This record gives sequence, structure tokens and C-alpha cells, in this order.
Amino acid sequence: MIEFRNVRYSPDGKRDTISGFNLKVESGETLVLLGQSGCGKTTTLKLVNRLIEATEGDVLVEGRPVREWDPIRLRRRIGYVIQEVGLLPHFTVERNIALLPRLEGWAPERTRQRVEELMEMVALDPAKFRHRYPRELSGGQRQRVGVARALAADPPILLMDEPFGALDPLTRAGIQCEFLALQARLQKTILFVTHDVREALIIGSRIALMESGRLAGTYSRAEFMNTDEPAVAAYREVLRIGD
Amino acid sequence: MGLLQFFYSNRAEVWSLTLEHLWLVGLSMLLAVAIGVPLGIVITRRPILNKPILGTANVIQTIPSLALFGFLLPMPWLGDRAARLAIAALTGYALLPIIRNTYTGIRSVDPGVREAARGMGMTDWQLLWHVELPLAMGVILAGVRVATVITVGIATIAAAIGAGGLGEFIFRGLAMVDNCVILAGAIPAAVMALAADFLLGWAERHLAPTSRS
Repeated sequence: MIEFRNVRYSPDGKRDTISGFNLKVESGETLVLLGQSGCGKTTTLKLVNRLIEATEGDVLVEGRPVREWDPIRLRRRIGYVIQEVGLLPHFTVERNIALLPRLEGWAPERTRQRVEELMEMVALDPAKFRHRYPRELSGGQRQRVGVARALAADPPILLMDEPFGALDPLTRAGIQCEFLALQARLQKTILFVTHDVREALIIGSRIALMESGRLAGTYSRAEFMNTDEPAVAAYREVLRIGD
Repeated sequence: MGLLQFFYSNRAEVWSLTLEHLWLVGLSMLLAVAIGVPLGIVITRRPILNKPILGTANVIQTIPSLALFGFLLPMPWLGDRAARLAIAALTGYALLPIIRNTYTGIRSVDPGVREAARGMGMTDWQLLWHVELPLAMGVILAGVRVATVITVGIATIAAAIGAGGLGEFIFRGLAMVDNCVILAGAIPAAVMALAADFLLGWAERHLAPTSRS
């Protein structure tokens, strides 16, 4: 579904932020990119929807290199959720969620139904929240709207960049559970970025560990808990302290 | 002669010069917005044009207004009619605050919002039209407001080249050394500036979407 083939990215032509990157995200799985701040996780994500372009190598979406896609068409097939910001502050919840359907020229009635369906899906009462503005919502509610908006045009792929990063721990735990239930139903192909190992283990069907622009390895949950590799062991250490 | 009496006995002229003034300012502002806002947008897209465009607008604004009217006088088409020339000069003065505020307004849109909108698959036009311009509206209107107030004042000088407007009274009063006549031009001009300030301030508060609650 998404594939990185020997990708290198250098913003200024001198220093590489991503190099020798090979990764395959299978259809219907949630692959978590785990790594420290500044290791290139977000950059990797933006290579997929062509917000930035690889310096070398290929990123393939649905088997086709992204450079061959029309960027607008590509992005409309990929839901995009980012941390905290990203909702349009001058649009109501309804208009935010309906953003893509409207750009795609859906009939008003179909759009309205879709918005209602999505709001229920992310547990926001349409009657109550439809006409509110983003700043009238709590962090958790905003994040739900962000997810609903990304799902609006039913894209097969979702890119999520620390979507729950700014939430307090309790809200976050709740929304993570809901997210899992939602994903079990929708079976989207998801590339999920986080620096939180606990979140990675809850959300991810596989975990890809990144270190300074390189892929250190991909692990299933069980492999992640048992491998002897020092990089992974360091993360497990963090979990132990947390317990 | 008392001021009120002067206003009363010359009410027809006060009125017609006020309308003339309003026309000079209104047309100049329409032109300045029609030119300034697109230029402001252009320099957010082509940063290389930023310096030359803002620089030119800046230079225009530093030319003393009487001198600018004088410079434009020998221009072929502009010099034919005083009002035409005055409108060109006033438009030039109004450009800087409008271009600068359009630029600043768009640049100050949260980069996260911009990136999310692009990431969702908005084209550059859609981004501009649905996101950047609405969010920058308050700042752009503030620029139009400043420009309008400045233009109402500078337009009084247009009378020096025979373009009419409330400056007629002011120059006449100066020549006659009669404060009443000066005030007959200055007071309506001040009222007009205050009214424009108030109206555009109101528009700024009510049309800018982010301030809606």
C-alpha cells in the first residue's frame, strides 16, 4: 500500500534527514513510526503525501511512485491528521469535517449525512457540536473532529502525526481505545507517528523504530518486547520505569 | 462671521465639496484595494518580489504629497485632468498599508493550519480563498482602515492642483487668512476620517471570521 524504496531526503543538499530508508506498510495494518524528536518521523510522513519530495529513491502509494501522482489527487486519497492544530479556526465543526466532500463537489444532502455519520463514529453528538468552532472544543474533541475530517472522503490510507500528543493522559487513553475499535471496523492502512512507546504498543500492529533518519528495525509487539537490540531495550526500560 | 453661520450660508458649497472629497477618496481606495491586495498576495507566493514591491510602495509614501502632485503634473494622460491625477497619487499613498497588511495577514496564518489544508488536498487557490484570505481578513481590513484615514487627510492637498475636495476651503482660508474658511474644510474632513475609521473598524470586528463567537 505504501512503500519506501531506498529513500533519501536532504532539505538543503548537505545534510540528510532521511537516508537509506526502506519500509513497506501493508494494506489494513497500523504501522507505528516510533522515534525520538527530530529523528525524521514527521518528514517520513510528509514524503507520502508529497508535502515534501524525496531527494533520492521512491515512495510508492498503491504501487505507483508518488512523483507520478497528481499531488492533489494523491492527498485526497490520504487522510491526514496532525497534532493539535490543523482544524480551520474560522470553520465550524461541520464545515471542517465537510471540507473534502465540499471540495470534491458532493451534493449537500450527501455531505450532511456523511458529516452526521462521522460525528457519531467519533462519538461527538452532531446536534450539540455541529455548529461549534474549534476553539469552543476541548483538546480531545478537537482531535476527534480531526479524525472525522480525515475520514470524510473515505480514504484508504491515513497518515497520523502524533494525533493524540497534546492530550492529557486520561483523555488520551480513552481516545486510543476508541481509535482501536474504529480501526478494527474500518481496516484503513495507517502510518502513525509517535514518540510515546506506550502508545506505539497500544496502537500499532507493527512498530518501526527510527533513529536519526534511519530505520533501526520493524517489530511486531511480541518481537518488540523480546528482542535484545539495545535501541529497543532502551524503550522497554522506559516502560518499566512507568509501571 | 461665526463658523456656524459660515456653514449655513455656504451649505451648498460645503456639501458639494464634501461629495467631491468623498468621491476622490472612495475611488482611490477602490483602486488601492484592487491593486494592493493582489500585490500583497503575490509577494507571499514569490518572496523574491517582496523587496521591490514593498520598497516601491514605501518610496511612494515618503514623497511629500505636494511634491508628488507636482511630479505627476507633466504625465501625459494623468496630467490632463486634475482629479485623475489626484486619484492616481492618492492610490499610490494608500498602497503601502494595504500591501503590507495583506502580506502580514497571510503570513501570520498558523503554519499548521496551512499545512493541514495542503495535506488534505487543497489547491493553492483553494488554500488562498478558503483559508488564508478569510483568516487574514481582520489584518487586511486594518490596513484598509489606516490607508483610508490617511487618504482623507492627504486628499485635502489635492485642491492645490485644482482637483477640488474640501482642500478648496482650506487653501482659500489660508489665502484669506480666515480661520472660519479653513475650518469649513478641516472639520468635514476630520468628520469623514473619523466616520471611515469607525465604519471600517466595525467591519473589521464583524467581517473577520476569527472574531465571531
